[in-house]
Amino acid sequence: MFSETIELRGHIIDSLILPKVLDQILTHGANFKIGEIKIGKKRADQSFARIEVSAETTEALDELVLRLRQHGAEVAKRADAQLAQAPADGVFPREFYVTTNQQTFVRCDGKEIEVQPAMMDSAIAVDRKKHSARAVKFFDVSKGDEVVVGHQGIRVVPVQRSTSRTDLFQFINTTIDADEPKSAIIRELARELQRARRAKGKVAIVAGPAIVRTGAGEHLVRLIELRYVDRLFAGNSFAVYDVERALFGTSLGMNLDLAFARGGHENHMRAINAIREAGGISAAVQKKILTGGIMHACVRRHVDIVLTGSIRDEGPIPGVTIDVVEAQKVMREKLADVTHVLLLATIQHSLAVASMLAPTVKTVCVDIDPSAVERAVEHQPLQSIGLVTDVEPFLQELADCIADSGPVAAGDRKRQ
Amino acid sequence: MRELLLCPPDFYGIEYEINPWMSRARGAEAALAQKQWKELYATLSKLDCKIHLVAPQPKLPDMVFTANAGLTVGRKFIPSNFRHQERAGEAPHFAKWMEEHGYEIRWLPDDLYFEGEGDALFGDDVLFCGYKFRSDIQSHRAVADMLGCLVISLELVDPRFYHLDTCFCSLPDGTAVWFPAAFDEYGQRAIREHVTELIEVLPEEAMHFSCNAVVIERDIVLSEGAPKLVATLRDHGYRCHQLPMSEFIKAGGACKCLTMFMPQRQ
Repeated sequence: MFSETIELRGHIIDSLILPKVLDQILTHGANFKIGEIKIGKKRADQSFARIEVSAETTEALDELVLRLRQHGAEVAKRADAQLAQAPADGVFPREFYVTTNQQTFVRCDGKEIEVQPAMMDSAIAVDRKKHSARAVKFFDVSKGDEVVVGHQGIRVVPVQRSTSRTDLFQFINTTIDADEPKSAIIRELARELQRARRAKGKVAIVAGPAIVRTGAGEHLVRLIELRYVDRLFAGNSFAVYDVERALFGTSLGMNLDLAFARGGHENHMRAINAIREAGGISAAVQKKILTGGIMHACVRRHVDIVLTGSIRDEGPIPGVTIDVVEAQKVMREKLADVTHVLLLATIQHSLAVASMLAPTVKTVCVDIDPSAVERAVEHQPLQSIGLVTDVEPFLQELADCIADSGPVAAGDRKRQ
Repeated sequence: MRELLLCPPDFYGIEYEINPWMSRARGAEAALAQKQWKELYATLSKLDCKIHLVAPQPKLPDMVFTANAGLTVGRKFIPSNFRHQERAGEAPHFAKWMEEHGYEIRWLPDDLYFEGEGDALFGDDVLFCGYKFRSDIQSHRAVADMLGCLVISLELVDPRFYHLDTCFCSLPDGTAVWFPAAFDEYGQRAIREHVTELIEVLPEEAMHFSCNAVVIERDIVLSEGAPKLVATLRDHGYRCHQLPMSEFIKAGGACKCLTMFMPQRQ
């Protein structure tokens, strides 16, 4: 959405100019938000209204504003953003503007520049010579960089709620509780992923260890084999659980059939050692040490694996980024072109990823804990669906729906 | 006694086309135009008013339409900013004349089009102003600032009725004559909310410029060709003076366009 602020002055109430302008905005398929209105008290007093007009395209907005000018609307003058220099490397100037994850524009030298990327909890560094503005984290800022301070000259364009009934995310856009039916939603989600694949969208999975421990790994493997996964974001432990399951049939010493496997508690450590010895997951697959499981499927199907470490990690295995700042950079980079994200049974990792997403990324969060689902989806208020459920039946049903519908190229067949 | 400003049609003619009525191919008959204008002058002279004449200027054929000279309120005169270059040359002549006759000239900013009494008519204490074809709505605000009165801005939607005085005429008793189809629906509603009684003119009578009338108390001077309107006005107690205006209608004007009140309001 693109917007412009207009102002109306004069006897706009008695002349019905204000309702006419508002009606024209709506009949042209645009929206308005009245920012300020002052109504004259005496008969001869003039009134004033400031209205933010937003339309789907700049062309539609320009044409509409041109029409509204005929009725006396004046485009409000906008002030440039205020800039201050970063006082030191890694330090923002005081009063720096803190970004949201919404599309944001900053006005410099009378022109608006879109801030790239749309990233929340950042500052905005402006390069006037290049006429560019970028969202920066602390580690990105150097002494002397010009950073936006205050709110002046900033325009945030939130993702608008669509009236489309074909967009699952905007139509459903809620959390499905544990006691509510989920099959229809999962079926629709399968179709949405199929549409995404045909449209060359990128699907990322953020996976928690519960996937392996509940035995849902085989369903995730099916999704990977059907080429519905482009990126896998996980922690060291997820990868290790999966490798342990693949090598020893257990995860953290437990297997699906027995409560405790003999010597199972050792398997976790032996799995880590095996991967370290092989030189990493890919190497382990190439050397046929690792011949099954999620990691194996990812390597086979060229899924980007983005593993990041935590303080509790054993190992870690090679390929895990353990520097947190570096991990954030890698994750942002790997999320930049993602269109759909499935956050599966991992609250901390899900929150980290959700905070890095552009507002247009469609998000599904699945967790057994309702509060975890709520927290994860609140970052994408108009583009998310939450499902409170065990991840295993969810993945099974999703993989079944997609498998039943045939390969990606077969079209958007409905499940019979 | 009302004072009026008229301009003899010595240089009048259809020399350009700036509204749907004008056609250079058809032209106006100069002698007949003179006769019709003199009849108007004679009719107005017999009513309770004093007529002033501004000297016509060569190459300004529409100067005869003095209603578009500007708007006079008390001793203030707001000269027009004509939208069309063809008429822009009239403004300094009118302003000079008004200044010489003791009026305080209040110019509008150059970038605001405003065509005087053609688009600004009082009804009681409300100034009704037309916009879009000739005047800009922005000029209404400037006029309201100058005069300190309520201005009702009305969008005109039919290019044949390009000035407010071609489709609206307020009468002294709070009534007004109008041709509703010349306004958009918001303008129609605004008029209904601010005028106690409205007399609607039929389309065929509106085409004879019957709304373009000069009202001097109970006397109404208008072009012929509106028998129903005349009957209604007579029922309301007005004396109607119907005049042939064919040669001026060819340029998109009639009785009111040929007349400016000095002042329109005290």
